[in-house]
Amino acid sequence: MEDKIVVKNLNLYFDTLAVLRSINLNIKANEILSIIGPANSGKTSFLRTLNRLNDLIPTARITGEVLLDGLDIYKKDLSLPWLRRKVGMVFALPVPLPRSIFENIVYGPRLNGVTNKLRLEELTEKTLKAAFLWDEVKDRLHTSGTKLSGGQQQRLCIARTLALEPEVILLDEPCSGLDPLSTSKIEEALYELKKQYTIVLVTNNTKQAARVGDNVAFFLMGDLIEYGSTEQIFTVPSDKRTEDYITGRFG
Amino acid sequence: MKSRENLIQFGLLITALSTIVIHLLIALFIFQEGLPIILRVGINEFVCGTHWSPQQGQFGIFPMIVGTAWITAGAILVSLPLSLSCAIYLSEFSTPKVRGTIKPIIELLAGIPSVVYGFMGMVILFPMIRNHLGGAGPSILSASIILGIMILPTITSIAIDSLQAVPYSYREGSLSLGATRWQTIRMAILPAAKSGILSGIILGIGRAVGETMAVIMISGNSVIIPNSLFDPARTLTANIALEMNYAVGDHRQALFATGIVLFITIMILNIIANVLSRRGVEK
Repeated sequence: MEDKIVVKNLNLYFDTLAVLRSINLNIKANEILSIIGPANSGKTSFLRTLNRLNDLIPTARITGEVLLDGLDIYKKDLSLPWLRRKVGMVFALPVPLPRSIFENIVYGPRLNGVTNKLRLEELTEKTLKAAFLWDEVKDRLHTSGTKLSGGQQQRLCIARTLALEPEVILLDEPCSGLDPLSTSKIEEALYELKKQYTIVLVTNNTKQAARVGDNVAFFLMGDLIEYGSTEQIFTVPSDKRTEDYITGRFG
Repeated sequence: MKSRENLIQFGLLITALSTIVIHLLIALFIFQEGLPIILRVGINEFVCGTHWSPQQGQFGIFPMIVGTAWITAGAILVSLPLSLSCAIYLSEFSTPKVRGTIKPIIELLAGIPSVVYGFMGMVILFPMIRNHLGGAGPSILSASIILGIMILPTITSIAIDSLQAVPYSYREGSLSLGATRWQTIRMAILPAAKSGILSGIILGIGRAVGETMAVIMISGNSVIIPNSLFDPARTLTANIALEMNYAVGDHRQALFATGIVLFITIMILNIIANVLSRRGVEK
């Protein structure tokens, strides 16, 4: 399968602190790549280099290349809104904007110039269905998105990311605050979504990585230790540290 | 030990209550002194009457109400664009270091005595208005400009605080949905900070309505209903301050009654500001 994102020799520093060290990683199209590793290993920072959200941090400095379909996303005159529409992101803590469910979904498309009401309504229904949320909220689309339960809010955040019609979806521990039922709903959604999208999933839950990932990357202290198919990593990891982590001996 | 703690608690309660009592006493005093004349003249005649000549027994404060309204509105018009853009810049674009340096300086503006502002108005603003726009100088325009600068720190600093109180995740959420920084500010951050900013504006209005010294020095103080920006005007506060030291009898009571009108106005503004900022917290 072809590579959607190619990361070449990526280094990330906050001030003088190296957060990521020479990362080389290819992310294949229409697959779920799960990124695992203990806290502080640079998983989230890596994810945020893929949509340039680290640009918000004044002290962040990046070397190396990140290619999206062969295009360097750190090119000087690249439009960040354009990039972030192509590479959508779902955060660990679901944060709907303080607007209605409908308004949350159409926020991105409206910014992109979609004004046709019918089109926006279609998009809302389609994305909420894809995020397995439609049945629960279809009668109250115009109530506030912040009133939903945690699991529903996270699925709303997934839906509003889908509404951007992105190509890549980054998920940063999307289930960290959720109960098992909501978690399985989101995993179910991810499984469907990978048919159309490339998904990068950061997770602290190795079982989740084993359940939904096609490939797994193991990060430790800013280094990419091992990359391989989910099956290989969880049955015959080649690095001792990977084995220690997935068997729960540290981290 | 227990009884000592109770004693301390009781002492603190008394001190806390005393501030309320002082307020109540002031209110009571003003109302007691001013209410009789309002009742005698009639509320309508007092508030809407256009003639203020205490020697002839005419007590209409409408010109002062209009003057106060014009000057306050002008001050908000002058202040709002400046303070909002300043707050947006400091909260959303500047580095924490710059913000940490500039914000205290802005707040320092609030500490400059108002007579200094009045003096600056007389020395700098009067000649400018006289030479470039006409009129004598003391006018609604000059008072609005100076008052606008005086309430700048109030509005700016409250607006910065409410913008900073908007969760960082709103910014990230909006940006990651493909919004530009400006779209994020306009569509996600400002709406979320709206009630806080509004309460800042209302506190600013309250300051402008209550300001006395600077206004006396630069607004001209004529008791007329102003027709243009270049007309002089007198505010409610100026009316009290200018005439109190020689007023006796009904005249003195009428000044207290002016105070009642001011008191009620400021109370209403503060209540609105309180309600708004509380609504902001709940969200």
